[in-house]
Amino acid sequence: MKFQDLEHRLKGLMLRAQAGDGGAWRDVLTVLNTRLTPYFRRRLGAGRAAEVDDLVQETLLAIHSRRMTYDASQPFTAWAHAIARYKLIDHWRRARVRRHVPLDDVAEALWVEADDGGQVSADLDRLLGDLPERQEQLVRGVRIEGLSLAEAGARFGMTEGAAKVSLHRALKALMAKVASRGD
Amino acid sequence: METDRLIEKLAADLTPAPPRLVARRIALTALIGGALALVGMLTWLELRPDLMSAMTGMNFWFKAAYAVVLGAAGFRCAERLSRPAGAAGGGVVLAIGAVVLLGAVGLATLMLEPPGRRAATWLGGSWWTCPFNILALSLPTLGLALLVMRRFAPTRLGAAGAAAGLFAGGVAATVYGLHCDETAPVFVATWYTLGIGMSAGVGALLGPWALRWR
Repeated sequence: MKFQDLEHRLKGLMLRAQAGDGGAWRDVLTVLNTRLTPYFRRRLGAGRAAEVDDLVQETLLAIHSRRMTYDASQPFTAWAHAIARYKLIDHWRRARVRRHVPLDDVAEALWVEADDGGQVSADLDRLLGDLPERQEQLVRGVRIEGLSLAEAGARFGMTEGAAKVSLHRALKALMAKVASRGD
Repeated sequence: METDRLIEKLAADLTPAPPRLVARRIALTALIGGALALVGMLTWLELRPDLMSAMTGMNFWFKAAYAVVLGAAGFRCAERLSRPAGAAGGGVVLAIGAVVLLGAVGLATLMLEPPGRRAATWLGGSWWTCPFNILALSLPTLGLALLVMRRFAPTRLGAAGAAAGLFAGGVAATVYGLHCDETAPVFVATWYTLGIGMSAGVGALLGPWALRWR
C-alpha cells in the first residue's frame, strides 16, 4: 500500500476510534503493531532484541491513553511516529545509553522501512562487507545505530576526529562502489 | 500472542476521546488557577481601592487586554505543544505582536512626557514588586497546567513548559491588574511583560522534568 493511501486509511480509522469505535481502534493498533516491531528492532539492535516486545506494548499503551492528542489537522503517520520516537528515546534514557535518534528519522521511517522483506538489509550487508572491518563498524554505528562519532570511535579507541576521517573515507569508498555498479 | 491480547483489551475498553479534550482541560486550569490567584491576591495584596472608578477608564482595560492576549497566546501554544510533534506557531506570533505593539505605545507615550519625569513614569511606584507578584500569582495555574499537560503527549518538553508558563503568566497578570494601580503603558510593557516572561522561564526550566511522561 502506498504511503499516502496508508495515511488516508489510518486517519479515517483514527477519527472513528476517537469517537469511540472499538473495531476501528483494533485495526489502528494492529497496523501499528506490525510497523512498530521492525522499527524498534532495527533501532535497538541485535543485543536488545528481547526489549522490543515490551517497548512495542508500552508504545501501544501510550498511544491508547493519549489518543485525544491526535487532531485531524495533523497527518496520523507523523503523530504516531512522534510517540514511537519519544518512547524510543525514553527507553534509551532509562537504559542509560546515550544515543542520538538521527534527525532524518522522519515519520516515513516508521511506515516504509522493512517493507522490502529484508532485501535492502541484505544488499547493505554485501556492500558494507567489502569495507575493512573497522570502517564497516563505524558506518553501522554512526549511520545505522545512531551512535555519535565519539561513541563509535571509542569502540576502537579512536578519537572523534580520527573516527570522522575514517567514516568519511568509508562513505567515499561506498559511493565510488555504488556509482561503478550503476554503470 | 501477548501483544494481540493487549490490542483486544484496549479496543474493548475504548471510550470516546475527542481532540477538544486537550483545549478544555487546559482551559479548566485557568479557571481553577485564576481563582486561586484571586484568593491569593485578596489575601496577601488587596484590591486597588479605586477599582470602581478605574474600571470606567481606558487604562484599566488595555492593561487587562494585554494580559488576556498574552495568556491566550500561551494557551494556544500549550494546546499545540501538548501534542506529539506539535509546533507553537500562531501563539508565538500573537505574543510577540502584543509585546512589540505595547512596547511601541509605551515608548511613544514616554517620549511625550517631560524628560525629568520619564524615569518616574517608567518605574512607577511598584516596579520592584510587580514582576515578582505576577510570578507568584502564576504558580497555581502553572502547576496545574503542567500536571494536565503531562497526561497528554508533549514531545518538546522545554517549549511546552514555556508555553504553560506564558499561559499562567497571562492569567496571573489579569488577576494582578485588579490590585495594581499603575497606569502608564510603558510600566505595563516593561514590568508586566517581565513578570509574565519570568513565569514562562520557570515553565521552560520545569518542563523537561515535570512534563516527562511514560
